[in-house]
Formats: sequence, structure tokens, C-alpha cells
Amino acid sequence: MAHSARKDSPELPDFSYLKSLAKDHLIDQLRKIPGKKDLFIEPDLMSPLDRIANVSTLKQHEVDKLFKVEYKPIISTSDQLCFLIRPRIQTVKWICDVANADKAAGRSRRYNIIFTPQKFYACDAVLEEQGLFEEVTTYEWEFYLLPLDDDIISLELPEFFRDSFLAGDQRWVRTVSNSLCLLQSLYGPFSNVYGIGRISKMVEKCWREQGERGQTKNQQAKIGKVFLIDRDVDFVTPLCSQVVYEGLVDDIFRIKCGCVEFGPDVTSSDRSTKVMLNSQDKVFNQIRNEHFSNVFGYLSQKARNLQTAYDKRQGMDIKQMKAFVSEELKSLKQEHRLLSMREFCCSSLRNCGQTCVSHCPVSFSDISASESIMKTKTSQDFQELLRIEHSLLEGFDIRECISFIEEHIIRQASITESMRLLCLLSMTENGLLSKDYRSLKTQFLQSYGTDHLFTFANLRQLGLLVEQQPGETLTVMESKVGKLVNDKTAGKLTDAFSSLTKKSHFRALSRKLNLVPKSDKDYDLRVPKDMAYIFSGAYNALSCKIIEQVLERDSWTGLEEVTRLINSPEFTVTVSNNPELSPKSDAQRIIFVMFLGGCTFSEISALRFLGKEKGYRFIVVTTAITNSSRMMEALLENRV
Amino acid sequence: MTFITANWNPLGDAFYRKTELYDMCWDLKDALRDCLVAAAPYGGPIALLRKPLRCSPSSRPQLEIYSASGFAITSFPWKSGPLVHLGWTITDELLCIQEDGSVLIYDLFGSFKRHFSMGQEVVQNHVLEAKVFHSPFGTGVAIISGSSHFTLATNVDELKLRRLPEVPGLQGKPLCWAVLVQDRQIKVLLSSGPELYILDDTSCSEVHPPWLSPQAGSIIHMSVSFSYKYLALFTDTGHLTFYSQNKLSEIDTKRSTAPEQMVWCRRPNSQQPSVVLLWDRLLMVAGVCNDTIQFPIEDQCVLVGEMDGVRILSTRSHELLQEVPLVCQDIFKIASMAPGALLLEAHREYEKSSQKADEYLRELKEQSMLEEAVKQCVGAARYEYDPQTQKSLLRAASFGKCFLADFSADPFVETCRELRVLNAVRVSSVGLPLTYPQYPRIFKHLTLQVLTDRLVYRQLYPLAIKVCHYLKIPDYHGVSRVLRHWASCKVQQKDLSDEAIAKAVCAKVGDSPGFSYSHIAAKAYECGRAELAIKLLDFEARSGEQVPLLLKMKRSHLALSKAVESGDTDLVYMVVTHLKNEMNRGDFFMTLRNQPVALSLYKQFCKLQEQETLKDLYNQDDDHQELANYYVAASYREKRMDIRLSLLQSAVDEYNKAKNDFAAKATEDEMRLLRFQRKLDEDKATELLGLSLQATMEALLALGFHKQAEQLYRDFKVPEKRYWWLKLKSLAKKEEWEELEKFSKTKKSPIGYLPFVEVCMKRNNKYEAKKYVSRVMPEQKVRAHLAISDLEGAADAAIERRNESEIGIVLSRCAASDHLLIERLNRARTSTVKK
Repeated sequence: MAHSARKDSPELPDFSYLKSLAKDHLIDQLRKIPGKKDLFIEPDLMSPLDRIANVSTLKQHEVDKLFKVEYKPIISTSDQLCFLIRPRIQTVKWICDVANADKAAGRSRRYNIIFTPQKFYACDAVLEEQGLFEEVTTYEWEFYLLPLDDDIISLELPEFFRDSFLAGDQRWVRTVSNSLCLLQSLYGPFSNVYGIGRISKMVEKCWREQGERGQTKNQQAKIGKVFLIDRDVDFVTPLCSQVVYEGLVDDIFRIKCGCVEFGPDVTSSDRSTKVMLNSQDKVFNQIRNEHFSNVFGYLSQKARNLQTAYDKRQGMDIKQMKAFVSEELKSLKQEHRLLSMREFCCSSLRNCGQTCVSHCPVSFSDISASESIMKTKTSQDFQELLRIEHSLLEGFDIRECISFIEEHIIRQASITESMRLLCLLSMTENGLLSKDYRSLKTQFLQSYGTDHLFTFANLRQLGLLVEQQPGETLTVMESKVGKLVNDKTAGKLTDAFSSLTKKSHFRALSRKLNLVPKSDKDYDLRVPKDMAYIFSGAYNALSCKIIEQVLERDSWTGLEEVTRLINSPEFTVTVSNNPELSPKSDAQRIIFVMFLGGCTFSEISALRFLGKEKGYRFIVVTTAITNSSRMMEALLENRV
Repeated sequence: MTFITANWNPLGDAFYRKTELYDMCWDLKDALRDCLVAAAPYGGPIALLRKPLRCSPSSRPQLEIYSASGFAITSFPWKSGPLVHLGWTITDELLCIQEDGSVLIYDLFGSFKRHFSMGQEVVQNHVLEAKVFHSPFGTGVAIISGSSHFTLATNVDELKLRRLPEVPGLQGKPLCWAVLVQDRQIKVLLSSGPELYILDDTSCSEVHPPWLSPQAGSIIHMSVSFSYKYLALFTDTGHLTFYSQNKLSEIDTKRSTAPEQMVWCRRPNSQQPSVVLLWDRLLMVAGVCNDTIQFPIEDQCVLVGEMDGVRILSTRSHELLQEVPLVCQDIFKIASMAPGALLLEAHREYEKSSQKADEYLRELKEQSMLEEAVKQCVGAARYEYDPQTQKSLLRAASFGKCFLADFSADPFVETCRELRVLNAVRVSSVGLPLTYPQYPRIFKHLTLQVLTDRLVYRQLYPLAIKVCHYLKIPDYHGVSRVLRHWASCKVQQKDLSDEAIAKAVCAKVGDSPGFSYSHIAAKAYECGRAELAIKLLDFEARSGEQVPLLLKMKRSHLALSKAVESGDTDLVYMVVTHLKNEMNRGDFFMTLRNQPVALSLYKQFCKLQEQETLKDLYNQDDDHQELANYYVAASYREKRMDIRLSLLQSAVDEYNKAKNDFAAKATEDEMRLLRFQRKLDEDKATELLGLSLQATMEALLALGFHKQAEQLYRDFKVPEKRYWWLKLKSLAKKEEWEELEKFSKTKKSPIGYLPFVEVCMKRNNKYEAKKYVSRVMPEQKVRAHLAISDLEGAADAAIERRNESEIGIVLSRCAASDHLLIERLNRARTSTVKK
């Protein structure tokens, strides 16, 4: 079932060192604050902190009680408070409120703020403005990178997306370049750096400036190449519904920091259970990259195997039995527990969507009869949804798609879902016709409230949902682009391009890079032949395709037209021209792919597939794991 | 060569030797007596505070700084308060701890750098004793005050004072005390008569080491080894106890007076660690093995502990006392037959052109010990201080190496290179008597960077650069650092013009990687040379680096554009806040307008902090769109209805000015809706205010206000489809089936009738659902039938439509018992396929 891994995929370096590094640094910070103290932790730091240090470690360093930062007055009797927060103005303001309230009550305490991963000047400015600069001591916990799995490292900075792309605030650029420096010092020196996107370029510049200082030359490189990519280079991929198992679980249950919480309905007990999802879990590791239509078959097979293993008990003598109980049963039980959970989880997935039978011909025999009965009303909706998405990607039946979306809005399906479909429509169609734009917008506002006018403004700013300029239909645009591409004079090009604002040229890109494979052939999802399997064979993720193309060529040469269509600056930096680093060496085939603004599990799966095909290993470094709803939520703007 | 063992003294089964490092070139006469002395480890400089010659109140003590070879670096009269203790930091800075608790820091050349205080308390109570210690956290200072309190500063560069808890019953100063580093924590061990206490940050605990016999008496001197792993305690009965994790041994020194100094002498991987004790006329090496060596001394001495031995400073000489390393023992022990010794002998014979050389070599080769012999010679060369001895050993090694087939020459080459550097810094004029184990990379106590830094502190720039080049240190860590020190020294030269200095710096530095011009510029500015600073800043390639200094120099506009250029928003933000406080509002806004990046950033900040400012900003720019948005946002924060509506009205006006008719219309609708909701809330006591149009209609239908809902539907031109869905859902929710049926017949449904079926089934009302099945559009018929689990009906519909995939769907829903149906469907399928 799992793809047979090619022998030549190089081994990955161990990233758990990043964790111990972070832990040591945290302890150093806590040591700097002697005496008993109550620790307040920002909610979104809870899970990452959990992966670094447990409560007893904190207690060892004189942390008395633990609280969550809740933006409310605090209840603490300790005379020393410590706040572990992200450098956000809002949180610092709240701490000022706490301190000022204490002052008013005539209470004196010591206040410490540990910023992670770094402190911003804006935070100091707030403290200064509130007259607390002297009373509050600040520290920095340099916790940049959290390895979520063997090949996923996250900065756990979801706000990076909104700050960098919407608010135009580049303060995280330094953070990202710091983390690259860290990676370079541990696993570098890197021989090639490729990148595309405005933020990538800034990060690269900042990194190079810093890098001059921290060059360690005598080290053997463990990782050869780095690829930086901005999220706004490819918005289409994260807008699509995910159908690879791990992505689907993320879409429905939301994987948080590599961990998913299954509610009582899945676990069939009265409390919810947290399950770690990573490569340590054998079953999960087998199915995470599979199209979900394959997963049920695999799981039922696995369940049968387990049953057989259980059945081995019969016909054993007591001695064998004992050995069996002590060794195997425990692991079997554990596996069984997880498996049953997974099956429940699957069946609930299935409730949401029986396979897209019509589109991707999976023969029915693979799905056991009982499962096919589960074709409920909702599953048909999911199937319908996938069909609409595929039509959008292919550019078929746009009118039907529009009315489908309209119905979605009218029936008040979830707001993020409606936004997502609108954006997908606009991205693939290069903007909406004025008439459609207005009517859909009106519908949307009626359904979800007028305050979402701001949301639309955000979407427009990012180019996610735009109105076509009258007279500028698709063909006009394309012919314009076509002309530009033929025009080799660079000066003219930039001039002409500055006139085109941030716009999607998805259709042209799709044709150029063959993103949408010809759908007349049957696509066997069990034996994927390209990355498109992560979207049921209907679409090759643009981001991953770009990475594939650049690595194939070792440069951007030959992709000029593509980069012009994407309209983002691209770059290649060859750091060392060391002849000893043969391109065939293992390190040169391990590649950091850094997504600035988040990446989806589907993209990770696609890269894993690409790696297996071409003998690379990709390590995804991302500012956060994202999916369509997270991305849309980041852009919601109501009741500012 | 045979004299090498002349200065070896046996101790247990090891040997100790005293090597002369320097013939001191200072002229002290008797001055080591009665003066404060501080000598830094790793062959660092020596500081002396000499008592004034005449005891008149006007005469001041003299502070003198010498290199380890006694070369006078500086000397000046001490004009501040009385000193208690002198010590050196790891970066060769002199710490002068005064009686009143203030610590003055001087550099190697006696120029004052900064000062700090060990706390208010000691100003009155005075410092009784102080110690300077080195730990992984840096150089620290520990003091005990007149009120018997200990205070610690772990790192003098990141000052944080820590007052340790009180020691019960302690009056005045303890008999003796020492600073320990344990589990990354700094602790103080002290003895007050019979008790032994350990003090850490939070507690004071008495320790009763079981190995300390009660009759041993009270501890009057203690010493901690360089690595903080070994402890030696000296009691008033003359017993000396060695201790590491547990007791090692005990020795009776037969001397009851406390030694003046007691220092561990232990090299890493030592065979025979020992403690060196110093009395008035006696130097005693007491080994853990219960053996002792005694050296009579005539001179006043000072002991300096090193990681691999003890340096003995006297008025005339500077010696190193250390355990003879094993390889040296092997080679030089009298009548040694070790391979290395044989090789050395072979080489000696070879130089004499004697055939004996061949005999020795042959023997080595036959026993295949030649490789071992070469290794030994190389190894021993490292530990020898005398270049002649080093040479003869290395020559022997090089000679032996020729007879080996595949022998990696790397260690040999490396050793030669390292010894060359070591010999270069050991010469008397430089005066850094570093030993091989102290040399970088091996034990990491000193990194290469530190070595060049130490040369730099002594202003030996050319030598430092040569060392960097010779050792091929990457430029950033090597040459650039040296140049930085040089340049910051250069800008302080008052006799040169700005132009000349800038030129000199630029000529020498060029664009060395990692060289920070802004750093040098800051230095220049500190020295009051603003013009020079600006000149130097011009050379700085990284615009971000220039910003803080420019701000300091009040060149705000320049700073802003440089910050924007750097692309670091945090930096831009820093400048913006600075400008905001510095300029009046109008100028500030005008400045921002020329810097869009800064402006947008400031707007972000205002959104969170100062809403009103935001309005002013938009007003100034005539940005109607944003102004309107501002009003809308403000309206949501406003509780009072009238103000809310008037804010929205302003928004509508602004939207109109911005020619955004869509937004204007939407806002007007919102106002209408609000008015409607308010009226109804007042009349019917509903709670509609703030709901969206859809939610309002839903709520109205749920409450049974059909007429009002209808009114909204007309007034707001709600699409028919939406209204139908709404009504359908709301009726089904209330299970008003009759109403629903009536509603379905009002006109032809714009959403079809499948939703009716599905909504009914959702409420599990199959009876009602059936009513609508017949009215469903043909293409949805199959789904409708399936929804009410009417397989027959579905089959009929599918067959009628001759749609293969639909037949398939129905088939998939059939249970095995429906074989008749399955047959029929299969037949129909084949016939459709044929067609």
C-alpha cells in the first residue's frame, strides 16, 4: 500500500536537537528570574511549550502556579509574576493593565516578561508609554523552530500570514532569517538557495547580512539546499479541499501542533482523546499521504491482521502464552486502540464524504459493501463540492459553479467555506465579472452581516477576490501577458508589469505547467503517477510544481514566463562553489522548503511523493501549518 | 638533554616539575610583600597595588599592571577609596573592589571603563572580603559584608546582584570560604569554626561530611579546583582532606598555621592531583597519594592556579609547577625504553652519522612500534616549554615518519603549527605563557578567538593579524575582529584629523567581511567626534546598522529612510516612535507621508492604540475610503444607537466621496436594518439588534412574525431563493407541516422540491417527505427517492432516465435481498450501455 521507498532517498538528520536547544534556553531564562513565581502562558504557546518542556521542568525552576493568559484581571497571590508571551502589543498592554491595577491596589510585585522568539521594539514602546519600563524586566526566549515531525519544522507563527501579506508589516522577517541562521549553523552550510516571492527575497537579504557573521566553514553540510516560497505565490492550493488523509483530518478535526483531539463521537467513549499524529505512529505513517479513498481498505485489512494476531493465542502452551502476553499483546492492544479510533474517525470522515466516485474511478470492490451504504446526504454534498472545485480548476461550467456558491451562501454554510469558494472562483477565473461580484457580495453581506465589507477589502488587497476591470476579459489579459513574455527588453517589462497589479494568472500558469492533467484517462489513486493524486488526480499543486521544476533545472532558467505570470521576484543564490560538494552527495539531495505564510498537509504529502520519485528528501519548514479555513479566518474582519 | 629530568620531583608514582617561564623583568625589590596582587589565569596580566612608601595621609598607593613576564604596562596612583580585592575578568579587565562595595573596572592599560556597586547595604557595613570567580556564566564577584551577608554578582557584564540567605550565628567573617559552581548554580561554601555551610540562592544548609572526623578540628582554609570538581580542606590541626564526589584521602601536614595560599594543581586526566600550599618559607606539594614534596623558598611568592598546574610568581622569576605528563615521563625517564625514547635516541645517533641509528630504528620496526614512537614524540613536544626540546622531539618524529608507509601527517603538521603560535605568544615581550592544554580547541577553555582577543587587548595588532592568517581563521572571527579593535582604538586618537582617521580606517579595513563600520562610528561618537562618525557611517553597507546611531545623533530623517531601506519593520517602528516624541504632530505626519512604509506601520499601531490619531491621519490624506471604514469600525464599538447611526451616516457620506457606491449602499442598508431592528425590539421586545439580515429574518420567522419577515424580504430585495430556503427551514424546525405544505403551493418553488424532501427527512418525517417527491425535478428524482429510502421508486426513476451512473448509485444501495430489483437494474444498465 505504501509506496515502496526508493533506496536512494537519503537519511534525514535528527531535528530533536532543536528541541533540547530550546529547552536549555528556556531554563536559562527561568534561572535569570530567581525566586518563586507564577507563570502566565499565552494560549497559543501552550501546545508548543508542551513539546519542549513539561510542567515538572518548570516547577524545578521555581514556577509555582501556571495560568493561561486570558486578558482578564488575574488572581494570583505570588509576589513575582512571569509572562511567557509572543511579542504582541495587545498582550503587553494587558500586562500593563495588570501591573497598573496592582499599583492602584497598593500591591507591589515583580513583573517579568519572557518574549518568544524575540522582543519587538513596539513592546518596549508600550511599556514605556505606560510608565512601566523600569518595573518590568524583559527576557527573550529564542525558541524559533519546533520540529513537529521527522520532516516538518514549524515556527508556530500563524500571524505571520496576516502581518506580512495583509498588514504589510515585515517584523517577522528578522525572526525567519534568525531561524534560517540557526538551521544553517546546525545543518549547513547550504550550497544553493532558491526562492520566489517578495517576503522570501527580504528574508534572504536579511539572512545574508546576518549570515556573514555566523559562517562556520569547517562543518560538514548535512543539508544542501534551501527553497523559500511565499504563500501568495500560490493561493489556489490551500484553497482546495484536502483529500489526502492527513490533510482531511486537519480540515475536519484541526491538527494542533502535531496533535489532534478526537471528540467523544469519534472515540465512542464519554471523553475526548488526544492523539499524536506523526511518523512514530506506524499505522498513521502508512496512510497519512494516501488519498482517503484508499485508507478504509487499508485499515480494514489492518484490523483483520490484528484479529489474526489476537487469534494466535489459541493453541499456545502456557509458556508461549506468557511471552505473548508480556510482549506482543501490549503493543497489539495499543495498536488496536489507535486503530479503532482511526476507524471511527474514518467513518466520520466518510460521513462527510464518500469517495468522489464519479470523478475518480475507484472500483467499488475496494470499499466493502457496508461502507458504500454510508452514502448519506452529506457525503453527496462533499462529492458535489469536490466536483465543483475540479470544475473551477479546469475552468468548466463556471455558471453552474457560481450558482452552487450562491446556494452555499444563501443556505449559510460556514462563512469560511463560502469565502473559500468565492476566492477559489476569483483566483481561477482571474477575478469575477462585475455583475457576479456585486451580487455575490450582496448575498454574502446579507447572510453574514455588513461588517464583512472589511473582509472583502482584505480579500481584495491580497488579490484573493477581485472584480475584473471592465473590458479586461481573460483573453485580453492573456494576450497582453503573451506579448509581454515575447518582449525581451527588461525595462519595458517591469514598466508594463507594474501596471498589472497583483493578479492571478492561474489559467495561463495551469497551461504552462500542466497543472490540470487531462482528465479523460482514468486516474488510479492507488498507484499515483504524479503529485496530482493529492487532489484526486485533478490538480498538481502549483507551489510543489514550481519546486519540482526549479530543482530539475537547478535554476530558474527556462521558467521566466512562469515567474512573470506569478509576478513575484525570484532568485537563486549559490553560496559555495565547493567542488567537493558533488550534486549527488546525500546532503545535496536533502532540501529545506520554507513556506512563508504557512503550508498545507497536502503540499507536504505532495513533496513527500516528489521526494520518493526523484530521490530527494524534503524538510518542510513553515511559519505555521495552514489550511483553507485557517487562512480565511486570518482574513476575517468583523467588529474590529 | 639528560638534564631534562633534573627538575623532576617524584610524588607518589608521578613526577612534578618546576619550569622557569620568565626571568621577571620588573624591578620590585621586596614589593610583593604587603601588597594586593591579582594575576589572571591563562597567563594573564598581573596587577599590583603597592602601599605608599611613606605613611603620610597625602600619599596614595600605586596601582601597577604588568604582563606575565613582568613587563610594565601601566602604573598610576590609586585615587579612589580603599581597595579590598583585585581580580581579572576573562576579557582581561581589572576589577577593583572597594571597601564600600563599589567595583571599578579598568582595562589592561589602566583606563577606567565603568563601575558598579555590590548593593546599598555594604556602603555602611563595608566589604570584609571579596573573591572574583570564573564560571560558565562569565566572571563573577562574591563579597561578604560587615553584617556577615554574602552578595553575588554572577556575571559582571550582565549585572544582577543576588543576596544570599543569612548564615545562622555567623558574626564577622567566616574562617574561610570559597565559591563553587554546582549544577549550573553558583554556591558559597564556608566554614565558621566547626560547622560547614553551603549557601545557595534560597537556602543555607549545614553540611556534615561523614569523612570529616570530629577531632580533625575546624576548617581554616579551603580550595576548589579550577574545574570546580575537587575540594581541599585544611583544618587547624594541620590535616588536609581531599574531596571530590567523596573523600579521596587525608594527609597530615604537621603544620597548624593556615597556609597563606592553597591552590589545586591538577592537569586534566591527571594521575596524581595535588594541592600546593604556601607558607612563609615553604612551598609544599601535597598529593592525594599522601606523599609530599617540599620546596624551601627565600622569596615572597604568589600562587596562580591554572587548569593544568600552578604558576609561582616571585620578585625574580615566574615558574610553572605541574605534573609531568605521561608521554614526557615515558620519553625522558632515565633509561626509558619507550618507543619514543628509542626514536629520539635514533635520531640523535643519525645526526651524529652513527650506524646505531639504524639499529634503533630496526628494533622499533621489528616490534612495529615506530608509529607509536612518532606519536609519542609529537605528543611530548606539545608539553615541553623549551623550543629546543620541542625541536629535537619534532625532528625525531619527522625522522621516524619517513619510515612509515601510510601515516597521516596531520597531527604532526597541526602540532608544529600550534607550537609555533604558542612560542610566538610566549616570548617575553608578549608575555602570554600559555601551555598546550590551555591552547584552544583541545579543552575549549580558550577559543582561538579569545587568543587573538588577548593579543588585541595588549594592542599587539600586527601579531594578532599574523596569527589569524597563519591559523587560517575565517575572516569574520579573525582579521575583522582585530581590525575592529584597532579601528575603535584609532578613532580615539585625538591628534589626528577626522579626514585622516576615516581614510586610515577605510584603507586598512576595506570591506572585510563582518566588519561593522557603525560600531566604529558609535565609538567615534562616544568620543565626541560626530563628524567622524557620519563619515564612517557612510562606509556601512547594512543600512539597518546605521539607524540606532543616527537616532542618537539626532539625524532622525536620515535614520527613518535608512530604516525603511533596511526593510526591518521593527527598526522602522523604533524610529517612528522616536520621531513621534520628538516632533510636533504636523511635522510628524508630514514626515510619515514621505515614507509610506513607515506610515502604514504607524497606522497599524494606531489601530490598536490610538483610534483618534488614525482619523486625523486619514483626514490629512483625504482618504475617504479609509475614513469611511474608520467610521464603520467606530460604529461597532459604539453602544448608543443614535451615535451609531450618525457614525454610519458619516461613513455613507465618505463612501460617496470615495465613489464607492456599493459600500455606501451596503452601509445604508445596514442603517435601515438597524432602525428596523430597533423599532421591532421596542415594539415587540425582541432581541434583534446587531443581527445580520439573514439572522434577523430567521429570528422573525422563528418567533412567528411572518409579516415582518415578509416586509424585510421585500424591502431589502432578498432573493427569492434565499427567502424560500429560510422559510422552509424555519417551518420544518417548528414542525409546522401544514404551513409548509401551504407554502409549497403558493407558487412554483425557486429552489425545487428536493430540499423539501430532505428537510422533512431530517426531521424524520417520511410521511410529509413523500408528499413532495412527485414534484421534484426529473434529474433529482433518484436522489429524492433514495432520500426517503424508496429503492423501487429510485430504480424506476433511474431506469426511466436511462442514466448509467444513477443506476449504479441505486444498485450500490441495494441490499443482497433485493435480488429482483438488482436484476432489473442490471438489465436496464446493460441496455443503456448498449445504446
